[in-house]
Amino acid sequence: MDLALFLIFGGLAVAAALNLLLQRHPINSALSLVVVMMSLAVLYWSLGAEFLAAAQVIVYSGAIMVLFVFTIMLLNAGEEERTHGSRAAYIVGFPGAAAIFCLLSFVFLTEGKALGTVSLGGYLDNAANNIAEISHVLFTSLLLPFEVTSVLILVAILGAVVLARKEQ
Amino acid sequence: MSNLSPFLTFLLISIAKIVVVLVITLTAVAYTVLLERKLLGIIQNRWGPSRVGPFGLLQPLTDGIKLFLKEDLTPIAIEKPLFLLAPIIALGCALISISVVPFGAVTRVAGVDLFQIADVNIGLLVILGITSIGVYGIALSGWSSNNKYSLLGSLRATSQMISYELALGLSLVGVVLRAQSLSLRDIVNSQSAHGLLSWNFFGGFQFVAFFIYLMAAYAETNRAPFDLPEAESELAAGYHTEYSSMKFAMFFMAEYANMITVSCVATLLFFGGASSPFGTLFSGFLDTPFFNAVFPIFWFVAKVFGFLFLYIWVRSTLPRFRYDQLMAFGWKFLLPVAMANILVTSLAMALHG
Repeated sequence: MDLALFLIFGGLAVAAALNLLLQRHPINSALSLVVVMMSLAVLYWSLGAEFLAAAQVIVYSGAIMVLFVFTIMLLNAGEEERTHGSRAAYIVGFPGAAAIFCLLSFVFLTEGKALGTVSLGGYLDNAANNIAEISHVLFTSLLLPFEVTSVLILVAILGAVVLARKEQ
Repeated sequence: MSNLSPFLTFLLISIAKIVVVLVITLTAVAYTVLLERKLLGIIQNRWGPSRVGPFGLLQPLTDGIKLFLKEDLTPIAIEKPLFLLAPIIALGCALISISVVPFGAVTRVAGVDLFQIADVNIGLLVILGITSIGVYGIALSGWSSNNKYSLLGSLRATSQMISYELALGLSLVGVVLRAQSLSLRDIVNSQSAHGLLSWNFFGGFQFVAFFIYLMAAYAETNRAPFDLPEAESELAAGYHTEYSSMKFAMFFMAEYANMITVSCVATLLFFGGASSPFGTLFSGFLDTPFFNAVFPIFWFVAKVFGFLFLYIWVRSTLPRFRYDQLMAFGWKFLLPVAMANILVTSLAMALHG
């Protein structure tokens, strides 16, 4: 059951990510990205991180991607043109992607024991939730990064207000 | 039933629950439309639908037949896949969120709770998440129609829903703080100790949060006085101008299904869900398993009906907001008040322990 969920939504995430790259119209790409986010949310949930899953759906697919779609609609962006791409993308891009892939798999394979493991499913049945633990960690040991992040977002909001204000 | 494996029993009962809840919800949607037309008629001193069946009770049936048999026009200049997808997203999201709503007391048959499709430990967040996905139905319908009125209507709807989602979410924090859980069942249980007096609205002193929730929810469902996305005097019909036949009906049903969901959530979070307003006062009265299962459902339906009535009453009474008024109200009034409510609630919780 849990394996089936993983296979279905993992496959869906990969397919939607490919579709995101291959689609020519920006709105179709944006919607593919929404599908990727939702599939990731299901994967988080099946790993027992239900708060992360809900936050993923509400914040990413429900707010940020809506603003993406909104902007595309407002600007009425047309279809992109097919080009062969820049040469730099070929020279740097493919080796770069391969290098990142190798690095990540090296880290996960060597440090797998130190990172700990979580089993697929099993958390779905019990009523214990990890929201209390997350909030405890956020407000005790991770308080400084948490507050710094909120100040960062505040700076972004102030920047938007400054940009949007008319010149006196 | 004993010769089935636990998983199979769970699966069969769940499917049966889903079918029953879906049928009841869709019927309720149809009859909410009739209720609205009747009440609007009475409030405006006229009859409302009265010809089909006794008191016009078969009117939803004829409406349904009419919508089914209408010609399904598809304009030429649309984005076809998205045009078809939009009403499905709208109606799908509206119906899915009812699945986490507990609409009765816990009644277990073969280990499965009968009166709730899924008891999810983040039920409240699931409802909020599904609501925020529902925006896509409206946004895409307006854009894919390739029509100015549709696009303006959907832009208005999208910005309105994003703006009011904040106030809506923040107004619920006080309730979550009191219940210390995001599971809707736990939130209901936290209010069931002394009947009416322990409901969040009365005993929990969450009435400020309730009014914020109510106003934000009216804006989220695009209902009067916040029905700017489909303001017929300005935008023809708004985002569904180009839709006809069943595709239009799906948007229409989504609107009413959303109204029902919002009423259910208001009942669960602020008015004790399926618990009786008298608490345990009459607990010895009619104490059989049948009545113990039926009475909570009765209270739940009565409360939801009250909220639907309020929706229609508000629609017939208040004029529509202007767009800048709508935005100023949401951002400059509802949001700060919701934040103040969180502060006061958490302060009170900290003092009382």
